[in-house]
Amino acid sequence: MPKFRGVKRWATILSALFLSSILLAACDQNTPSILNPKGPVAAKEAGLFWFILVVATIVFVVVEGMLIYSIVRFRERPNSPAPRQIHGNNTIEMIWTIVPSLFLFAVLIGTIYTMFNLSDISGQGRTLQITVVGHQWWWEFDYTNDGIVTADELVVPVGTVIHTTLESQNVIHSFWIPQITGKTDVVPGHSNDKLFKADTIGTYRGICTEFCGLQHAHMSFLLVVKSQSEYISWLHNQQQAAQTPTSGAALAGYKLFTGSGGCVSCHGIVGVNLNSSDLQHLTAKYGGITPVGPNLTHFATRTSIAGLVLSWNPQSCVVSTDSSGNAVIQNQSACGLYQWLHDPQGVKPGNDMQIRQLSDTEVAELVAYLEALN
Amino acid sequence: MATRTIAEGISLTRRKRFSETYIGDWIMTIDHKKLGIMYIVTAFFFFLVGGVEALLVRTQLAVPNGNILSAVQYNQVFTMHGTTMIFLFVMPMLTGFGNYIVPLMIGARDMAFPRLNAFGYWVVLFGGLFLNVSFLFGQAPNAGWFSYAPLTELTSSCGINAVVCTPGLNMDFWALGILMLGVSSIAGSLNFVATILRLRAPGMTINRMPLFAWMTLVTSFLLLFSLPSVTAAAILLLLDRHLGTHFYQASAGGDPLLWQHLFWSFGHPEVYILILPAFGIISEVLPVFSRKPIFGYTFIAWSGVAIGFLSFTVWAHHMFAVGLPLVAQAFFATSTTLIAIPTAVKIFNWIATVYGGKIRFNVAMLFALGFIAMFLIGGLNGAALAVVPFDYQVTDTYFVVAHLHYVLFGGTVFGIFAGIYYWFPKMSGRKLNEGLGKWQFWLMLIGVNLTFFPMHILGLLGMPRRVYTYAGNLGWNELNLLATIGAFIIAVAIMVFLWNFIVTLRSGEKAGSDPWDAYTLEWDTSSPPKAYNFEVIPTVRSRRPFYDKKNPEIADWKTATH
Repeated sequence: MPKFRGVKRWATILSALFLSSILLAACDQNTPSILNPKGPVAAKEAGLFWFILVVATIVFVVVEGMLIYSIVRFRERPNSPAPRQIHGNNTIEMIWTIVPSLFLFAVLIGTIYTMFNLSDISGQGRTLQITVVGHQWWWEFDYTNDGIVTADELVVPVGTVIHTTLESQNVIHSFWIPQITGKTDVVPGHSNDKLFKADTIGTYRGICTEFCGLQHAHMSFLLVVKSQSEYISWLHNQQQAAQTPTSGAALAGYKLFTGSGGCVSCHGIVGVNLNSSDLQHLTAKYGGITPVGPNLTHFATRTSIAGLVLSWNPQSCVVSTDSSGNAVIQNQSACGLYQWLHDPQGVKPGNDMQIRQLSDTEVAELVAYLEALN
Repeated sequence: MATRTIAEGISLTRRKRFSETYIGDWIMTIDHKKLGIMYIVTAFFFFLVGGVEALLVRTQLAVPNGNILSAVQYNQVFTMHGTTMIFLFVMPMLTGFGNYIVPLMIGARDMAFPRLNAFGYWVVLFGGLFLNVSFLFGQAPNAGWFSYAPLTELTSSCGINAVVCTPGLNMDFWALGILMLGVSSIAGSLNFVATILRLRAPGMTINRMPLFAWMTLVTSFLLLFSLPSVTAAAILLLLDRHLGTHFYQASAGGDPLLWQHLFWSFGHPEVYILILPAFGIISEVLPVFSRKPIFGYTFIAWSGVAIGFLSFTVWAHHMFAVGLPLVAQAFFATSTTLIAIPTAVKIFNWIATVYGGKIRFNVAMLFALGFIAMFLIGGLNGAALAVVPFDYQVTDTYFVVAHLHYVLFGGTVFGIFAGIYYWFPKMSGRKLNEGLGKWQFWLMLIGVNLTFFPMHILGLLGMPRRVYTYAGNLGWNELNLLATIGAFIIAVAIMVFLWNFIVTLRSGEKAGSDPWDAYTLEWDTSSPPKAYNFEVIPTVRSRRPFYDKKNPEIADWKTATH
C-alpha cells in the first residue's frame, strides 16, 4: 500500500525526534528529569515509569494494531459484500473484560507495593530534621535541631535520610525535587511529612507544583548535596553570627541595611537584628518575631535569588569606587543582585519586596555588604 | 387596486408579533431543535474564545522567558481557557446535541419541559457572558478552573500582604458564574431524564434506546448528583470571601482540603460528563459507516452506567499529593483501576463494530476512528496516573496536561466533530463538504499529536503546569516550540471548518432526509424536521427501527433477540 509509506516515514521521523529530545534533555545537567534519579525514592518512582511504559506500549501496539487492521481490511471496496449483521458475542466480551483487568491489576499490585515501600529508606548517620515552609513565593528551610534557617537553598549531606515536615501559613504549595523525590503538597493546617535521600553529590532543582498565585512560576529552589565533611563545615559556618563590616562600601551598605534602606523591617541577620536563639524552632514562633523576608545571615553562600529567578555569585558583582568616590558595580547586567535590588518588582512582579527606588550607589553599597555575609 | 380577502387585509394591517419576526422566533422559541442549534452555536462561539486563549498560552510558552503576556494576564488566560472549554464549550455543546437529537432519536415531539429547556439555554448564554465580562474589568478569574482555596479566599491577611489571596472581583466572577451554569445544567439534566424516561416512542424499551440517548441519560444523572457538591463549595467560598466565615481557612479552624474534596467529588464525575456523550456519538456513527449494528450494545450501555457509578468513587486520585493516609490512597488507586475496565470494554466493542464491516470513510467516520485512536492514548496515560508513586512525580506537570487533552481534545472534541459532520445534514438540510472536512481531520490529527504528545515528555523532564514562563536552560525549549506549532496547526484546522460551514450553508450539497443510510429514528423524518418532528410517531420493534423499515425482509426484530 503506497498510501501508507509516507505515513510510516513521518512516524519514524517523529518518533526519532521525540526519542532524541528525551536523550538530549536527559544528558543536560540542568534538566530536572524524573528519568535521571539521584536518590532511592525517585529511583523507585522512575522504575515504576519504565514498567508502566512497557505495559502501556504493549497495549497501545495491540489495540491500535487491531484498529488499524480493521480499518484497512474492511474498508469499502467495489466488490465488498454486505457485512454480516453481528450484534455481539458474550464470550468475547468476557475475554476482553478479563484480559485488561489482569493487566490493570498487575499494575495495581506494583503500585500499592511501591507506595507502601516508598519511604522505606535508610542512610548513614542520624536523620536530618528539616521544617520546610512555603511562602509566596520562596522556600524557607528550618534545620530544626541545628538552629539555622536558609532560604531557597536546602543544603544536605549525601547519603543521609532527610525528614522534612512541610508547612504553610498562606496558600497551598507543593514540594518537589524531580531527581530526588515526587511531590507532597504543603497545605495550611496540615503538616505533611516526607522522607528522602540523595545518593550523589550535586545540585538539583526543586519546584513548586501547586498553583500558588501570581509568581507560581518563580518558586523554585535548589537542593545542594554536599559530602559529609563539607556539609559539617558548611553547617558550622551557618551557625556563626554575621560579621559587621568595619570599612568601605560594605560598612556603608550595613548602615543602609539597618538604617534608611529599611531592609531590617523584613529581613533578619543573626548578629544584627536577630539573636541566634531566634532561629531555634522558627516555625513554632511563626507570625511572632519571624521576619517577612528570607534570613540573610549567610547570604553570600547562596547561589540564587528570589526563587531561582536570578543567579548570584559574588564574583560577578565586583564593587569598586568611581572617580567621585562613590561605590559602583562594574558590570551591572551580569550582576543578578544588582538587577534585583534595582527593581525587584520588575524582576518578579507582585513579590513582597516593595521598596523605595535605590540609587545605583546605594545598590552597590548593599551588594558590598551582602557579599561580606559569607 | 386589487381586491383583497378579509383575512389578507387583517394580516397586512396587523403589526407582526415579536415572536413572528425572524429574530423574535429564535428568542422566544421553545422548540428543542432551535434551542439545540442555539446551544451548539453558542458553544462553538465559546470554543473559539477558549481556542484564542489556548493560542495565547502556547504563544507565551513557545520560547523561554516569553513576554507576550504578563503574569497577571497569563493566570487569567489559562484559568479562563479551562473554565471556558469545560463549562461554556463542551457542556453546552453536548447539551445542544442532546437537545436536538435525543427527542428525535427516541421518537418524541419535543423535550418533556420545553420552557425549562429554553430557560436552561438562556442561563448558559448569560452565565457565559457574565464570566467573560470579567475581562472588561481586567479581573477575569485567575486561580485555575479548580480554584483551590485558600488561594481563592479573601481574608483579613489581604491587607498585610496583598498577594496571599485574591482580593479583586476575579473569583467572585468565577464562583457566581459557576453557580449560574450549575442552575442551567440541573434544569437541562432534569429535562433529559424526564424526556428519556417518559417520552420514548411506543415499543422503544430502555434496552432498544440508541446509545447516545443512554449516555445522555447517564450523564444527566451524573450532573444531578455531582453539581450539588460544587454548588455548596462555591457558596461556602462566597461566604468566606464576603461574610467572614472560615470554611477553608486553617488558621481559623477551617480546612483547605474541604474545598478539594467538595470540588473533586464534583470534578471527577464532571470529567465523565464531558466524555460520556462523546462515547454516545461514537456509538451512533461507527455502526452507520461500518454498515453493521453496534457490537455488544448491552456491554456498551452498562459499562457507561458502571463508569457513572464508579466516577463517584475516584475523586481523590486528583489529590494523591496532598498527604492522604496511604490506605486511602490505595483505595483511590484501586477504584481508578476499576473504572479503566468498563472504559477498555467500550474501546474493544467499538473496534469490533468496525471489524467485519464495510467501512465508508466519510468525515464523520474519520473523526470517530480518530476518537478511538486518540482516546486510547488518553486512557493509557490516565491509567499511568493511577500508579500513585509515579503520580507523585508527574501530577501537576505537563504530563497531566497531555493526558487530559488526549481525553478531552483527542476524545471529546473529535467526538463532537464526528457528531457535527454526522448530524449537520439533519439540522440544516445540507451536507458539509467532505473534501474540506478531510483537510480539517488530518490537520487536527497531526496538530493534536504535535501539541500534546511532547507534553508527556515535558512532564517527565520536570516542567510544572500553570507557569507563565520558564528558564531557557532546563531542556524544555524544543518541545515547547513543537507544542506551539501544533496548536497553530489545530487553529488552521478550525479555520478550515469555519470556511466549510459558511460554504455549506450557502451552496452545500442538499442532503435529503437520510444521507448516510442510517439506522435511527432521527433520519426517518425530513431534514430539517418540522416543528412537530414526526407526522406519525413511529412504532419501534428493535434497536435499529429505521433499518428495519428500510430492510423489512431482514429486519432486526426478525433476526435478533432484543
